[in-house]
Amino acid sequence: MKALKKIYWVFILAFLYMPIFVMIAFSFNQSKSRTVWTGFTLKWYVELFKNEAIIKAFFTTMFVALIAATVATVLGTIAAVGIDAMKNWEKSLVINISYMPVVNPDIITGISLLLLFNVFKQWFDFEFGMGTLLISHITFNLPYVILSVLPKLKQMDNRVYEAALDLGCNPTQAFFKVVVPEIMPGIISGFLMALTFSIDDFIISYFNSGHAQTLPVAIYAMARRRVSPEMYALSTIIFLVILAVLLIVNMKAVKDEKDMRVKKEVK
Amino acid sequence: MKKKYISAPYLVWMALFIFAPLCLVVYFAFTDKRGNFTFENMSRLSTYAPVFLRSIILAGVATVFCLVMAYPVSYMLSRMKASRQKIMMMIIIMPMWMNFLLRTYAWMSLLERNGLINKFLGFFGVGPFNMINTNGAVILGMVYNYLPFMILPLYSTMVKIDHSLIEAAQDLGGNLYDVLTKVLIPLSMPGITTGITMVFVPSCSTFVISRMLGGDSAFMIGDLIDLQFLGNSYNPHLGSAMSLVLMVLVLLCMSLTNGFADDDSEVML
Repeated sequence: MKALKKIYWVFILAFLYMPIFVMIAFSFNQSKSRTVWTGFTLKWYVELFKNEAIIKAFFTTMFVALIAATVATVLGTIAAVGIDAMKNWEKSLVINISYMPVVNPDIITGISLLLLFNVFKQWFDFEFGMGTLLISHITFNLPYVILSVLPKLKQMDNRVYEAALDLGCNPTQAFFKVVVPEIMPGIISGFLMALTFSIDDFIISYFNSGHAQTLPVAIYAMARRRVSPEMYALSTIIFLVILAVLLIVNMKAVKDEKDMRVKKEVK
Repeated sequence: MKKKYISAPYLVWMALFIFAPLCLVVYFAFTDKRGNFTFENMSRLSTYAPVFLRSIILAGVATVFCLVMAYPVSYMLSRMKASRQKIMMMIIIMPMWMNFLLRTYAWMSLLERNGLINKFLGFFGVGPFNMINTNGAVILGMVYNYLPFMILPLYSTMVKIDHSLIEAAQDLGGNLYDVLTKVLIPLSMPGITTGITMVFVPSCSTFVISRMLGGDSAFMIGDLIDLQFLGNSYNPHLGSAMSLVLMVLVLLCMSLTNGFADDDSEVML
């Protein structure tokens, strides 16, 4: 039984990691082929930094993700506080509409925004680009922020907020000094979720990015002909950086856990 | 206290960018180019019925594969020590940090006629097999991309199951089949339904996987919609009609599995 378990784990992990190893391996391949190995090289990692299109797409992606996640976090947190104070029927109406981008397939969110922008174009003078990209990213990020802040507000004891008011805070002070610290974990996880979804999004960006290409859109454009090995190199770098960050965070979590256990035993 | 009014800016945003666009989809689906009301878009859809059917079948098969593959993984995961659970979870989610287009592209080089798998098999004198541009390749791409979406909700319901319940079932003479059907599956039902929707919905509406791995053989709803908006056969009215049907399809799938479990979204990270 134990051996069977091991074999199954190996199978699943091999399945999940095979394409990634292929890509990492071929980022060191001398020729541009995606199937024939012709020798080891690091030249794609050098080429990468000279490839303006890829670097530009990378910065567009990061810029859009950071701005969209920040705006969505601020707007979404404030919205959550308001929604939390609503009456039941108002609350469920607003929440149900808010969740549409989560429930709907991405392609529907994508084309519905495309339709909207096309209608706007008849009245205002603008092109598809950074603006439309930002608006669509903020829109699909908002529900994730609200989704992770609302439960924290529900858990919070409203009397703490009232106590702050009694002790002489004005509502704004009470909000920033009492409510915000209390719901901080929700805000942070909402922000991180928004950031991740923004960086990774392809479908919604594909319909609304216009001339502002994000990395996934650029990859898709390439994939019709051939994805250049520079892209493999960039992905390998990103993958390794994230791996390192996650390892450090997890190691620290495991270590903290051990410390806690030791402290408990000492007591 | 009038706290609820501070959500006004968001409500405006929501009305403008979530609600209005969906209304536009409905409006476009029932109008022609001149803006007159028509059922023509809807009736034209019947010619595309085979494509809709194929999308549902491919996504359905992929969902079943995901469920069968993910169930043992999630169970084993939920029975590990807490610290190991975290590490294994990280290992399972890690691949999702690489862009899914690139991972799917990597599958192209694995599955091609002169690709890596056929080369590997060639050493043993087997093959070459025709793997890319088949329905099988599309299903594989879906299972590969969405397997973590099945593992996560399953795992998060299974860690909450008290292990002594399973032991009790075994003590009372239940065999593996009994334990599965009478204890484990009923208790993990919320995870199963969430997992099914989280895999089925994106699989059914994809156009990337079918285009990259399916070639011309596996045309799906997503491809059709894409063609109406950004492709050669520009017709947002027909495209909206298709989107509307897809949306209804998804809602049906959800009400069938009633997969609304809002506490699972946090484990996505």
